[in-house]
Amino acid sequence: MKKFLMSLVVLFFASVVLAACGDDEAGGSNEGGGDSGKPYIAIVSKGFQHQFWQAVKSGAEQAAEEFDVEITFEGPETEQQVDKQIEMLQSALDKKPDAIGFAALDSQASIPLLQQADSAGIPIIAFDSGVESDIPLATASTDNYAAAALAADKMAELIGEEGKVALVVHDQTSVTGIDRRDGFVETIEEKYPNIEIVDIQYGGGDHLKSTDAAKAIMQAHPDLKGIYGSNEGSAIGVVNAVKEMGKEGELTIIGFDSSKPQIDAIKDGTMAGAITQNPVGIGYETVKAAVAAMNGEEVEEVIDTGFYWYDKNNIEDEEIQAVIYE
Amino acid sequence: MKPEVNNPEIGEKRKSPFKSGALQQILAFASLIVLLLFFSIASPNFFEWSNLMNILLSTSVIGILALGTTFVIITGGIDLSVGTAMTLTSVMTGVFITFWGVPTLLGVFLGILSGGVAGLLVGSAVAKMKIPPFIATLAMMMIAKGLALVISGTKPIYFTDSPGFTDIALGTMIPGVDIPNAVLIFFLMAIVGYIILNKTAVGRYTFAIGSNEEATRLSGVNVDRWKIIIYSIAGLFTGIAGVLMAARLNSAQPALGMGYELEAIAAVVIGGTSLSGGKGTMVGTVIGALIMSVLTNGLRILSVPQEWQTVVVGFVVILAVYADILRRSKAK
Repeated sequence: MKKFLMSLVVLFFASVVLAACGDDEAGGSNEGGGDSGKPYIAIVSKGFQHQFWQAVKSGAEQAAEEFDVEITFEGPETEQQVDKQIEMLQSALDKKPDAIGFAALDSQASIPLLQQADSAGIPIIAFDSGVESDIPLATASTDNYAAAALAADKMAELIGEEGKVALVVHDQTSVTGIDRRDGFVETIEEKYPNIEIVDIQYGGGDHLKSTDAAKAIMQAHPDLKGIYGSNEGSAIGVVNAVKEMGKEGELTIIGFDSSKPQIDAIKDGTMAGAITQNPVGIGYETVKAAVAAMNGEEVEEVIDTGFYWYDKNNIEDEEIQAVIYE
Repeated sequence: MKPEVNNPEIGEKRKSPFKSGALQQILAFASLIVLLLFFSIASPNFFEWSNLMNILLSTSVIGILALGTTFVIITGGIDLSVGTAMTLTSVMTGVFITFWGVPTLLGVFLGILSGGVAGLLVGSAVAKMKIPPFIATLAMMMIAKGLALVISGTKPIYFTDSPGFTDIALGTMIPGVDIPNAVLIFFLMAIVGYIILNKTAVGRYTFAIGSNEEATRLSGVNVDRWKIIIYSIAGLFTGIAGVLMAARLNSAQPALGMGYELEAIAAVVIGGTSLSGGKGTMVGTVIGALIMSVLTNGLRILSVPQEWQTVVVGFVVILAVYADILRRSKAK
């Protein structure tokens, strides 16, 4: 019995190690930098697990290579961990970087640390969402409100400007959650009097919870014409829900961000289309602005990294292929 | 529902464990019926076959986690690792099937087994290293979470190359009957859990350890070994939940899973299993899990804001545990 158990344990670890080896790019991204003599930029993001942050990171790495600087990229596990992010910013400061890229989870909490960096002469570039302070020299971000308004316009167009729609949103407290909800809701209310928003549910961006939430909405409103999912997890949840209820083609689904299942759903027609930000661009512009600031050059205060609508018709376009990611 | 004979050996020291155990279950079952009635009256769209299937389907993953957790909680332990261990097993299933090209069935089997191994490790830490279950499983929660991210390269692993994989959760085993497999598997696992808990030596020792670990040890039982076995069984349940989760999403999502352990524990507790150990039933856990998902689904259909949904579920947990305490103080 003991031997059997031991061999199970060994098998488990062996498979873990093998699996880790099979994917070399997985590790080795978060080591501290600064030893190689290159300028060092510390980037503290809102997260690292989601595809979106991975894409931001790849954009940052691209720029780092181009401008020959060293970067580190880290972020807390969930977008609620404001305290953890502050710690990360603190330890980034302790490493005495030449510049800092920072995506604030909370627009106020980080201000004391930013002041500290400022007085130490470390330039700060904000990205993804702003900080309520004039310390950051530039902010590279998406206008989420305008992006959600575009989603609302597309929804209205696709359902013939009348009927019931609902939202599955990833979060009710973060700036992106609020902007992407309000941009959609307020656009519908102002411009399309015949469209009724019957429900807004929050799935935390969790695919499974968003699926169940979307199913409940569809159950409660059998005559629903469309659902808008405000980030990748929410949008996929809506797609799953429609598939599980066998209602493909009956509802207009509009998503946000991109991922392989979203791209597949758009190609097979389950999802009408989605808004994508330009995460690679956000990462790239952040590092680029940081390098410029480091060298004492002027940087633009607001760097709008843009957003795009993509659907079946334009998904193969070069411009879209550059900003969507699997 | 037949009253369950918890444990003939240990039951004798209480006055009327049979009666009170049955009462708790009847209470839980009655609450479930009341909830169903309430939502059916409140919304015309609630009591429909498709929605009942929605509820059962959304119960299946948490429900199976809760079934496994029931064993651990009856021993007087707690398992905080089931949520992320579940994620780890879906990632491992993805590694086996998508990365290594193992045949789907074998991949699923190995995936479930990796859940068992995680349970085995936790069980060994608890039994052999004498680390309190709270700490050991908390550590495992973090290890599993980290490993899931490392192994997957923080990217979801898709099963798009293995057609039929989603059928594990969403297909229908019984032709002509529109019940998703995940639901059938949930009930099957409930029956398996019931049999293990009530008809086998493992079950007897689960109750014995939970009632009085020292007495069990002194009576010559190899408590450590049984604990390891019990945690491993819980791990296998976790593995099955992980496979179902992956099948339902057609992908292994490495960032999910945190918080699922608390929902599983809540389902177990609502079902009348005592956190101090020695008492609990599988039927109770099934009812507890159903109460949770009926509540969530019903409140969503009524468009109750999410913030309030969480508050309501919190109150239900308090009520359930209070009912349990009242009943036990009466039994004394």
